[in-house]
Amino acid sequence: MDTQATQTAEEILSERGAPVVMFDQVELAFDEKVVLKNISFTLISGHTKIILGASGSGKSTILKIITGLLRADKGVVWVNGERVDQLSEREMMAVRADLGMIFQEGALFDSLTVRENVGYKLYEESAMPIAEADQRVEEVLGWVGLGEYTDRMPSELSGGQRRRVSIARAMAFKPRILLYDEATTGLDPITATTVDEEIIKLRDLEHVSSIVVTHQLRDAFYVATHMAVRGADGVVTIVPATPEKEREAEFIMIQDGVIVFEGDADALRRSKDPYILTFLS
Amino acid sequence: MVVPLIENWAKGAALEVQEYVRLVRAAVVGVFTSPRYGHDIIEQFDVIGVGSLTVVLLTGFFTGAALALQSGLTLDQFGGRAVVGRLISASMIKELGPVLTALMLTGRVGSGIAAELGSMVVTDQINALRVLGTDPIRKLVVPRLLAGFLMAPVLTIISDFVGILGGWLVSVYQLQISSGIYWSSVTQALYPQDVWMGIIKPFVLGFVIVTTACHVGLRTTGGTKGVGEATTVAVVTGSVAVIAVDFFVTKILIAAMY
Repeated sequence: MDTQATQTAEEILSERGAPVVMFDQVELAFDEKVVLKNISFTLISGHTKIILGASGSGKSTILKIITGLLRADKGVVWVNGERVDQLSEREMMAVRADLGMIFQEGALFDSLTVRENVGYKLYEESAMPIAEADQRVEEVLGWVGLGEYTDRMPSELSGGQRRRVSIARAMAFKPRILLYDEATTGLDPITATTVDEEIIKLRDLEHVSSIVVTHQLRDAFYVATHMAVRGADGVVTIVPATPEKEREAEFIMIQDGVIVFEGDADALRRSKDPYILTFLS
Repeated sequence: MVVPLIENWAKGAALEVQEYVRLVRAAVVGVFTSPRYGHDIIEQFDVIGVGSLTVVLLTGFFTGAALALQSGLTLDQFGGRAVVGRLISASMIKELGPVLTALMLTGRVGSGIAAELGSMVVTDQINALRVLGTDPIRKLVVPRLLAGFLMAPVLTIISDFVGILGGWLVSVYQLQISSGIYWSSVTQALYPQDVWMGIIKPFVLGFVIVTTACHVGLRTTGGTKGVGEATTVAVVTGSVAVIAVDFFVTKILIAAMY
């Protein structure tokens, strides 16, 4: 009976339109400093939530709460149908099996090769046969255009390549939710666009739900206003999003730990809020 | 003005002790339960054990040699040059071997562990491990703990041996004592309890060195500057801990065995 109920919940969560991440009045403070105050939002399956805000506004903290790296002081956090704000580190491991995170600067393991980094979870934390794991690693590295870099060390890669390897590492075990923490910060516009395109391709072709934390407006709007399509010849192209697709990317603007705006790209552009106008200018 | 400072210091110290105890408990649980990372354990045995061999050999050899020179001079005053081997073996096996090996390990291994783990903390690699479903204690601390705990006694025995060998060279070629007299004198002063003391102490010291370094490394904050500070703290704390723990372990073992 229980198994049947679990299967049903899994089926519901894997449907498009199901809530996969939910924050309900979440608060967090470090000593006297309030980092997040009354944060509530929902990420829908297959959609993108773009969290904007100045440095130190609390954006990355939201991702750390989702992954269980930090624990909220108040409020409720649901991830894939699990209430994670009360889980122990050990219980959190099961939730993380369906979560991928791309850290600022990549956070690649500098003593491991690109292949070992990308396949880390498959080699170390799964029972997948080595040959199968190798195949998956080559597949994802090919996806991000770094198929020839398998034996390089992270120190031999450029900033953009490191981010793409980080994306490959996060997607290697096929998580349904990907969290991007400033994935394009510090990159030149051309390299940043290649990273943006990976985010779009994962969302539209692999149906990965994503939360993109950034203060790079150009990248935020690029991800929100473009979509990936696979042609009859199998070639993937990035094209301007349809109005329906555009509405699947929702923006959240955070100022000093408080949400000051929530809506789509169009609503953000039309906002008259002085802080948002300053941020967008 | 002074009271809040003392209060803050006491709170900070209590927090450090609490976190250290939590780390040690989690690491010990990790030793006896799955999952274990076999290749990391083997790698750490190589890094901590084999990698420290040169420094331990050199330290042990020259300590034994210097001890022979010094004690030869002193013993001459009492006409006791022939018993120099006794003094060297007793000093090396009971005290100098374990402590000097532990101090060398603190400098070489403790600093390396703190720097490596500290760098991983400040570059988010530890968080990346957690998100990828790996417990950093099991992956990083347990292999180092096992290697430090088990290799420190092995290195100490090697250090004791080369120390006595260094003493033999000086005794034969400098102090003009015959080899036979030296080697019989080496074994004369040794009791089984001395050997046990020399073997038990390095287990405790190896454990202390590695857990202290892991604790300091995993609590690194403040970027590359923080990594440098963590390395210094690991070496200083580890060295003081080695000397202090050696005293208490010696006291306990004397009470228990002699």
